[in-house]
Amino acid sequence: MNRKNIVIALAGNPNSGKTTIFNAITGARQHVGNYPGVTVERKEGRVKYKGHDITVIDLPGTYGLSDYSPDEVVARRVIIEEKPDILVNVVDASNLERNLYLTMQIKELEVPVIMVLNMADVAEKNKVKINYEMLSQLLGLPVIRAVGSKNEGIDEILEAVINCDSVRSSIRERQVRYRPEIEKEMSRLEEQLQSLKHLGLETAAGVDEGVSFLSTPSRWLLTGLLGNDKLVSKQIAVYKESQSFMSEVEQSRMRLNNLLGDDPEMALVEDRYAFTRGICREACQRSTLDDKLTLTEKIDNVMLNRVLGIPIFLGLMWLLFQLTFTLGSPPMDWIDAGVSTLGDWLNANMADGMLRSLLVDGIVGGVGGIIVFLPNILLLFLGIAFLEGTGYMARAAFVMDQVMHKAGLHGKSFVPMLIGFGCGVPALMASRTLENPRDRLVTMLVTPLMSCGARLPVYSILTAAFFPGQMGGNILFSIYLLGIFMAIVMARIFRTWVLPGDTEPFVMELPTYQLPTIRNILIHMWERTWLYLKKAGTILLAISILMWGLFTFPTADSRGGKWENSTVQLENSYAGQLGRAIAPVFQPLGFDWKTSVALVAGLGAKEVVVSTLGTLYSIEDEEALAGEEGESFGGFAERAREQSGYTPLVAYVLMIFTLLYVPCMAFIAVMKRETNGWKWPLFTIAYTLILAWVVSFLAYRGGLLLGIGI
Amino acid sequence: MTRTLKDLMPGDTGRIKAVTGHGSIRRRIVEMGLVPGVEIMMERYAPLGDPVEVKSQGFHLSLRKEEADTIVLELITGGE
Repeated sequence: MNRKNIVIALAGNPNSGKTTIFNAITGARQHVGNYPGVTVERKEGRVKYKGHDITVIDLPGTYGLSDYSPDEVVARRVIIEEKPDILVNVVDASNLERNLYLTMQIKELEVPVIMVLNMADVAEKNKVKINYEMLSQLLGLPVIRAVGSKNEGIDEILEAVINCDSVRSSIRERQVRYRPEIEKEMSRLEEQLQSLKHLGLETAAGVDEGVSFLSTPSRWLLTGLLGNDKLVSKQIAVYKESQSFMSEVEQSRMRLNNLLGDDPEMALVEDRYAFTRGICREACQRSTLDDKLTLTEKIDNVMLNRVLGIPIFLGLMWLLFQLTFTLGSPPMDWIDAGVSTLGDWLNANMADGMLRSLLVDGIVGGVGGIIVFLPNILLLFLGIAFLEGTGYMARAAFVMDQVMHKAGLHGKSFVPMLIGFGCGVPALMASRTLENPRDRLVTMLVTPLMSCGARLPVYSILTAAFFPGQMGGNILFSIYLLGIFMAIVMARIFRTWVLPGDTEPFVMELPTYQLPTIRNILIHMWERTWLYLKKAGTILLAISILMWGLFTFPTADSRGGKWENSTVQLENSYAGQLGRAIAPVFQPLGFDWKTSVALVAGLGAKEVVVSTLGTLYSIEDEEALAGEEGESFGGFAERAREQSGYTPLVAYVLMIFTLLYVPCMAFIAVMKRETNGWKWPLFTIAYTLILAWVVSFLAYRGGLLLGIGI
Repeated sequence: MTRTLKDLMPGDTGRIKAVTGHGSIRRRIVEMGLVPGVEIMMERYAPLGDPVEVKSQGFHLSLRKEEADTIVLELITGGE
């Protein structure tokens, strides 16, 4: 090809090693974003090869190109609309038959395709012999042997990419022949479709697909129409002129339905598989000694064992949790110390004033609030990338699905929910392993009910002050249990009323175990972390400046005088005023206006509830707050009890409210990013507030009625 | 008696006769390669009894029992 700039797209099944090939081609020169309107990741990379600038798009891994999964829709839209110069179809060499199904659909889009038989070493070890020459002939496209994890075949792929003119000429060859009944209906419709295409239709408003059917190959459109592909039908049906054609299509479908005794889409799938089976029979020899267990089967006999399966799973989750939060905590302390040092330095070296306050309390505090999670997030993604890369994640879902399914969730929801006990932000990121958007959304919605680490200081102070001794542990445990219970209840409610519809099928591949490459793990870890920093950071910065403003202004009373002390200042700040204004709402829960202000402050971060209460009840003691242990801690708890005048019941209700109400602003910021909009974060704020109020109300009134803890 | 994938015990093998069921679930199952005529082996039940793992054409799939119940088979080995 004589072009300088070439765009290629990688398509392939999940677990075909597509990302490994992508990483091997592009290295670290990658860019990850989102496709507009959906939570599907868009990955792009660049490489220079022999004077060509090659842009590589990594399409989502899919088994086909149907209209019902967002991943598949995205993949086909990129192929149809962005028209990459070459499509590189990455195929798992051990699993040719199933992988070729996607190839057959891609071929109907009539784009130049190069096939990469990846993980060829594994296939060869398992005695699968592939005749590359024959395969290439049967498919009408170049076939390249590759082992992505060892960089084998990468140069050959790039070489084929820049010399692909021969591929271009043969794009219409070797497509699937369907059974005669279907072919007959297709040729009947083809003529009409052609004349419709030649009408010179104006681009109709409402063709949101961007590209109209006019430039899409007829065979793709016809199989789509006969196969009841809603997006293809919609594309054509927007034109008035297509009315009679569309009713012809309906008749064709009915005729086929009568002839075949089933929906034509089933026959289309079966015929594609019959076709790929034929190709495999010709080009691929499996050793007949197939009854030997593969390594994966041996490992799974242990990992998925009826007795050992669950203990192993729990053990691995425990390790993940420990890795994230225990190993992550020293560097978190360093960053925290670094941030406060910076704050102190600014305090010492800048003149007292608005600007210093904004810098120290607003910006450094706010940005510090996100980078302090960095060690957690890096370690978490390291762990997840490893579990995903080896293929264990699918097994975890397999083991846990029964439990999670009962709650209206998916087996894979377990991991993010567990991580939620540490911190909701990495939990949201971990929910990315859920492919189905609805499952993922429900998981994200209930994750904040898992009591995160930031709420612990609130519980610690309150239990120490109001539930001394043995009782404290039980009280704390009951709060965690309440969170889990509410998560199950809410998941069911969301599944039934907010995101109703068929439960998604749990048809999931259990891929071959493999040792992930270090490059894959590092790239995966880095790209997730970077996304977190970049997007969440900007929103979080804005929110923290806003919160700072609410707690800082007005700086003087109506006569222009200075506030006597910080307590009075806080009382009269906008946030304080807000807290007092909404105090009546909290009164039925037994909270006074000071508690209301503290809860408003807690919107930013839950830890702040404690320090704000401290300020408001004039029990502020920086040392005690920082020290959290020993004498000073006990002393602080003591004073908290005396000064606040809470009853144990009110303290318990405050714990419940803290557990359930709005997760912190970092959570909201990340959720906005992950769901591509404000709708679900706002929904989360609303539902958690209502839930917290209702449950707290019931607990408080119930407690009063029964005379507990008054 | 019609037998479905759900009725197989671990180690049993069958040949798919039809995939009943509806809409996207049905299409998902056949698109994954579980089409009529294909051999399928019940590998194991999950520790809690559901879902199940099956092997077909050299790859492993898991599906819930309610989905396995839509796959009608003829028994090759095992059963009873």
